[in-house]
Amino acid sequence: MSDVKKFMFVNRKAPYGTIYALESLEVVLITAAFDQDVSLAFLDDGVYQLKKGQQTKGIEIKNFSPTYRALEDYDINKLYVEKEALEARGLSAEDLIVDVSVVSRAEMGKLMDEQDVVLSF
Amino acid sequence: MLHIVNKSPLSSSTLESCMNTAVGGDILLIEDAVYAATAGNAFESKLRAAMGRFKVYALQPDLEARGMGDKLMDGVTAVDHGGFVDLAASNKNCQSWL
Amino acid sequence: MKFGIVVNEGPYQHQASDSAYLFAKAALAKGHEVWRVFFYHDGVNNASKLTEPPQDDRHIVNRWAKLAEEHKIDLVVCVAAALRRGIKEENLAQGFRISGLGQLVEAGTKCDRLVTFGD
Repeated sequence: MSDVKKFMFVNRKAPYGTIYALESLEVVLITAAFDQDVSLAFLDDGVYQLKKGQQTKGIEIKNFSPTYRALEDYDINKLYVEKEALEARGLSAEDLIVDVSVVSRAEMGKLMDEQDVVLSF
Repeated sequence: MLHIVNKSPLSSSTLESCMNTAVGGDILLIEDAVYAATAGNAFESKLRAAMGRFKVYALQPDLEARGMGDKLMDGVTAVDHGGFVDLAASNKNCQSWL
Repeated sequence: MKFGIVVNEGPYQHQASDSAYLFAKAALAKGHEVWRVFFYHDGVNNASKLTEPPQDDRHIVNRWAKLAEEHKIDLVVCVAAALRRGIKEENLAQGFRISGLGQLVEAGTKCDRLVTFGD
């Protein structure tokens, strides 16, 4: 595919309660494999996707959180987490499973505006 | 940018998140989000406060389906599905706040 | 203008597929092209040929197929999401095809706008 576009994946939903977070991650990996410019945004309950220490044995659903750590193997390095969303949930960057850029709401809004394709699941 | 919202602001924080995060542009209320654009709802003042930064539209067929066709608040523009298409085409990009 | 559409919810349960259909129809009426509709998450259930709504209701599956046939729209169902939910070639409605997520990425790169309908 010759044309490269800026794709942003907006994650606003918590993991496990619904399948959106997992299936969103599957699209992210494919999009990177197609050599597109990929970034991920986490806001609202989406920040819970990145919480360290997920143990899903007791609910018998696959723990997919290690996949976030594998994103850099796909050259996906642009992970943006909204500062206000973290704070509203009693979390900080140290609680997250990967290194991210913590950005303000206003910065997040600007990043969204710069995209060609915004997919939210 | 066109921001598409489909949930009632009285049961979901989606519209508020959109208004707090987005830099501006057009907001189109569809499906259950059209309740946000009805006169006298508890979210009305918040929507009104955002009107300086956003131009707000509501999908008329969704308002009518919900018996709210005559309740559209001032300042919100009603559009049909053709108007929805025009908004998607005239903005350089779009985002559905799901 | 070339539009791509993403449908993330199943038929009847959620309005997403109805909204997407009416958007597609309106875009076509205005002379735009609807290049591809990609069905993801529970949206894959829009492609089940076993769907039988009551007679006085709209037939969401057949309605997509008819629109696609009339306007040469590519209706693509995500294979991974479909297999999870029991949608296979053997129960795939006419007019739809099953393929990979790359088809969604391609819709993003090839279309002028990609509009998502979901929950």
